[in-house]
Amino acid sequence: MTPFGGYDMPVSYAAGVLKEHLWTRAHAGLFDVSHMGPAFLTLTTRSGDPAADHAAVSALIEPLISGDIAGLAPGRLRYTLLLNADGGILDDLMVGRPAAAERQGELYLVVNAATKPGDFALIAEAAGAKGRLTRADDGALIAVQGPEAAAVVEAMIPGVGALGFMSFAPFAFEGESLIISRSGYTGEDGFEILSPASLAETLWERLLADERAWPIGLGARDSLRLEAGLPLYGHDIDATTSPLEAGLAFAVSKRRLKAGSLRGAARLAKEAAGGLSRLRIGLSVEGAPAREGAEIAGPDGAPLGLITSGGFSPTLGAPIAMGYASPAFATPGADLRVTVRGRAQAARVTAMPFVPQRYHRPATQPET
Amino acid sequence: MRFTKDHEWVEMEGDVATVGITAYAAEQLGDVVFVELPAPGAALKAGAEMAVVESVKAASDVYAPISGEVAAANTDLTDNPQSVNDAPENGGWLVKIKIADPAEVEALMDRDAYEAHLRSL
Repeated sequence: MTPFGGYDMPVSYAAGVLKEHLWTRAHAGLFDVSHMGPAFLTLTTRSGDPAADHAAVSALIEPLISGDIAGLAPGRLRYTLLLNADGGILDDLMVGRPAAAERQGELYLVVNAATKPGDFALIAEAAGAKGRLTRADDGALIAVQGPEAAAVVEAMIPGVGALGFMSFAPFAFEGESLIISRSGYTGEDGFEILSPASLAETLWERLLADERAWPIGLGARDSLRLEAGLPLYGHDIDATTSPLEAGLAFAVSKRRLKAGSLRGAARLAKEAAGGLSRLRIGLSVEGAPAREGAEIAGPDGAPLGLITSGGFSPTLGAPIAMGYASPAFATPGADLRVTVRGRAQAARVTAMPFVPQRYHRPATQPET
Repeated sequence: MRFTKDHEWVEMEGDVATVGITAYAAEQLGDVVFVELPAPGAALKAGAEMAVVESVKAASDVYAPISGEVAAANTDLTDNPQSVNDAPENGGWLVKIKIADPAEVEALMDRDAYEAHLRSL
C-alpha cells in the first residue's frame, strides 16, 4: 500500500505492476478510483427552461475553468482545467452535462483526490447563492478499462455499450442508479462508474467475477496513463504550468480565449501567439529509466528542464518519460540527454501518446 | 550460501563470492525491468551501493554485502532482467566479487538465521 492524495492505495494486486499493465492493454482492468472527487453543481433555482438552466449553471463554473461548458452537448463530458489568476493549473477535472431535459441546470464534476478541498471550496464560493455543490465522494468510483471493458460491463449493465467516448448516463443496477461515463485515464476504451457506497462491494465483486477483468493497482494506473501521454496532476502539471505549456490547448476554449474571459487571459493570449517559454514533451529514453526529477539537457549538455514523470513502458519494453523543455528543443525526433544517477543518457523527443489511444468513438458521434 | 538483512545472498567459491538478491527481495520488488551493474575491476566496500535493480515503478539500490573487487557482472541481465525474478538465487545473480576479507563472509547470516529474520519482518 502507498499513500496517495490522502488515501492508502494498493500499488499492485497479486499479479504485480507489469502483468496488470499488460492485462489492461489486452483485456480489462478494474480500478478502484474512489479517492477521486465526484460532485454535482446544481442551480439553486431552476427556471424550467432546459437551455437557459444549462447556460446559467455553466456561467457559475466557466469563470474558473479553461473549457466551454455552455457549448457542451447534453449527455457529454469534457476534460477541462481549473485555473488560477495567472493561468496556472489548479487541477484537471471532468465536467459533464446530463442528457435528460429535467436535469438541465446540473453539472457532474470529477476532480482529483488531493485537490478536492481546494477545488470544492473555489467552486462553491464562485457559485455563491446561485448554486449548490453536492459532494458524491462518499460513494465508490470504479473504472473498467481495456479492449474487453465494454463486453464486461455490458454483460452486467445492458445498454452501456451504446455510450460514445466522453458521454455519460444513469443506469439501473440492483435497484439503484449508477452514473456511468465512457471515459478513463489509460488510453483504452472503458468506463468510470459512480456507485452508492452500499452497492460498491457488489459491483466490484460482480465485475471481478468476469474472468476477463483483473484488479489493477496504482502502479499500473500510472504506467498506463504515462504511455497514453496523459499528465498527472501535481507532477506533470501544477499551479505554475499553463494549459498551453502543458500541451493541453485542446482543453482551452477558443471562444473564451478570444473573448479574454479566461483566468490568466493575458498570459494565455501571449502563449497562444507563440510566446511559450517551455513545453511538455515526451521522451524515449535509452538505458536506465529516467524518473521524476531527472534533468533534461540539450545535445551540448545545457540544462533544459526536468522530467516530471518517467519509468518503464511495459507495452514498448523501453523507458519513456515526460517533462518540460524550451520549445526550440520540443520537436519530435530531436536528440536530447537525460541525467540518471549522474550519467548522461540519450533521449529522443517523441510525439505523445507513446502508445496509441483506443477510445470508442462511434462514426455518428460529433466532436465536442 | 550466506545472507544479509538487506536480502542479498553470497555464495563462495575459492576467494570469489557470487552475489544476488534473495527470492524474498525479488518478490518485494516486483517484475525487474532494468539492472545496472558495476564494471569489472571496480572496488566495492561492504554496505556501499553496488547495483541498481528497477521495476516498472521504482529504482532500488543493492548494497555490496562484502568488500572486494568486481570480478564479473552478469551481463545476461541486460537483455533478460526478468531472470532476477525467475531465478533470483542462481541465473539471476548480479556480481562476482574477489573478496578482501573472508571474515566479512563468516559474519553474514546462514539460511536458518536469514529465514528467522524474514519471519521477524
